[in-house]
Amino acid sequence: MKHTLSVVVEDQPGALTRITTMFARRGFNIESLAVGPTERHGVSCVTLRVDCTQHSLEQIEKQIHKLVNVLRVTELVAGEAVERELLVIRVQVPPEKRAELVTTAEALGGRLLDVGTDAVVLELTGTPEELDAFHELCHPYGIVDLVRTGRIGVPRASGRRRAQRRLAAIN
Amino acid sequence: MKITGGDAILRSLEAEGVEVMFGIPGGAIMPTYDAMARGTTVRHVLARHEQGAGHMAQGYARASGKVGVAIATSGPGATNLVTPIADAWMDSTPLVCITGQVRTTLIGTDAFQECDITGITMPIVKHSWLVQDAREIPSVMKSAFHIARTGRCGPVLVDIPRDLQEALIDFSYPETVDLPGWKPPAKVHPLQIREAGRAIANARKPVLYVGGGTINGDASAELLELAEAGSLPVITTLMGKSAFPETHELHFGWPGMHGAKWSNLAMNTCDVLVAIGARFDDRVTGKLSAFAPGATVVHLDIDPAEISKLRDADIPVVGPLATAVRDLAAEVARHRAEGSPPPEAWLEQIRSWREEFPLRHGTSDEWLKPQTVVQTLQRLTAGTDVIVTTGVGQHQMWAMQYVVSEQPRSFITSGGLGTMGYGIPAAIGAKAARPEATVVCVDGDGCFQMTAQELVTAVLEDLPIVVVLVNNAHLGMVTQWQDMFFAGRRSHVHLTAHVPDYAKLAEAYGGAGMVVETEDELEPALAEALACGRMVVVDCRVDPAEQCFPMIPAGAAALDMLEYEEQTVEAHAS
Repeated sequence: MKHTLSVVVEDQPGALTRITTMFARRGFNIESLAVGPTERHGVSCVTLRVDCTQHSLEQIEKQIHKLVNVLRVTELVAGEAVERELLVIRVQVPPEKRAELVTTAEALGGRLLDVGTDAVVLELTGTPEELDAFHELCHPYGIVDLVRTGRIGVPRASGRRRAQRRLAAIN
Repeated sequence: MKITGGDAILRSLEAEGVEVMFGIPGGAIMPTYDAMARGTTVRHVLARHEQGAGHMAQGYARASGKVGVAIATSGPGATNLVTPIADAWMDSTPLVCITGQVRTTLIGTDAFQECDITGITMPIVKHSWLVQDAREIPSVMKSAFHIARTGRCGPVLVDIPRDLQEALIDFSYPETVDLPGWKPPAKVHPLQIREAGRAIANARKPVLYVGGGTINGDASAELLELAEAGSLPVITTLMGKSAFPETHELHFGWPGMHGAKWSNLAMNTCDVLVAIGARFDDRVTGKLSAFAPGATVVHLDIDPAEISKLRDADIPVVGPLATAVRDLAAEVARHRAEGSPPPEAWLEQIRSWREEFPLRHGTSDEWLKPQTVVQTLQRLTAGTDVIVTTGVGQHQMWAMQYVVSEQPRSFITSGGLGTMGYGIPAAIGAKAARPEATVVCVDGDGCFQMTAQELVTAVLEDLPIVVVLVNNAHLGMVTQWQDMFFAGRRSHVHLTAHVPDYAKLAEAYGGAGMVVETEDELEPALAEALACGRMVVVDCRVDPAEQCFPMIPAGAAALDMLEYEEQTVEAHAS
């Protein structure tokens, strides 16, 4: 089963490496990874997507929590968190088909970033599932480059706040 | 007044109360060694190889309960420390390693003796620093010692570029650490203690499964309270050996691959298994799914990540073990006072297993038996202040089986990593920590040759150790596996008994050497070695055909253990 972990770390040299090394060493696979600053100066957030059992997830959370630079580990539970991802794509498209592609992309919330003679660059921000759909849609045209940022997220403002579940066994 | 970064390192060590450090100088650490030449209260023991320095620091830490300190230069000096760091990581030994690094201006240029040691060691340290600014040295050193010894003990690395050791800084040693992400468990949950106490008190067949965390957590006295309060049988792992007096009537041996049959029978048929600072290592459990089936598991550990890592804990207790075990002892005592009966029938059962399946080994008219060597050593040192270290292999398992440890921290061995060559330097470190104790390294001939150069250190630093060499002319454990599991195809395991001449080698290194070939020569030689006060190697030429039993083959269920086939029987003293 897939899980999203939000790891809040001190912005210190090697902090990210320590997390990824732990995954490699204990044989856990990272599906996606996004890192960036947070609302606090000197504090970053690492958002990891992992495909593992509940038992492995608990091990991962405990092992990450032991790292000295890590301040907090939370799981963003599906449905209880808002998750977003950014996709940027370069699509090969002849001039006569360009309008059709751009219109469709815009209908899905995509934006046109750049236009060339036989290609366009589009972006889309959305849920990872929406990005999957968009990717699928561009496929017939001929994708030249595609990059995704990996998902990031925060717990929902509305409803229950169980998303920020801190592992009970840790302290 | 300003001082150099190198001086700041030494002032930091002094502020931490460090008495001894182990190391070797080299280019990138020279400013710090220059500071040593100007003066420090910390004794420096000059090793002959950085691996030796690292294991000495480990032996020092394990014998004293303090943080061990090793110091080395960049590049090869630092990489030679990798094995001790990995060993300290597996066995949770508090260790601070200080390495020089090339100048900050040269980092990343493949400079002479440059090596990314913080990168190399990242998976095997609790934490590490590549110091970026000389002014950070005091706070980094403070944090390093704090992290090494709090929570689950372990190694940390401080890598300091040479120019920062030369830089001038204002020195003031911080009184507190600023580590917002480091919060090891400090308290024990009383509800968990109550639940654990109830489970233990109601158990008909309880067993205390005691690991090295009990020693690291200084919980030996509390363990004795707990065992006696509940009349609970105690089984100590290789790392837990010496946590509980093995002369005590409640001590029932050691579990696992070469543990005693009665211990494995008890552990695998108990109804409540109380793991204390132990981690369900594969060498203890054998086939995990067949381990202690049906037992309710109470797991006490300082490290929450060990709870349910391999075996699901029914009742987890996270916290410092001295507190946890003391609270649990009080809880069990209360239950017993209220009438819950001690497990007399169960204790009787384990005692009868011990009668029925004692440790056995063969005898020979031709050959000295390795077990006899360890038994004789035990007889000569019983009741004295002795610390035994070992290498890794058959001799280590015989030491586990036949040495009777009485005091905590008196048995020091490489468990998790299984580092051959650990014994001699660890003994030297233990001797530095406890000069009044007799320190004996029970070593194998393969292990001996991996770190023998440190015998020089023992002589020149006046740290006399006794090496009892169980010389079977082979890489014995590998030979045993080849004989048992590879149809007897011997592949590169023969070392020869006489090359090198170990006694002459000991003499060449400045100590004494003896050769023992018969049982008659054994006791006088060992007695003389123990009394001589010098570094001494007793080369005991033992039966190369002797195998180590009992044995649970790797991956087999613990109850499917193999036993010695010959008939000769010797009961263990405890």
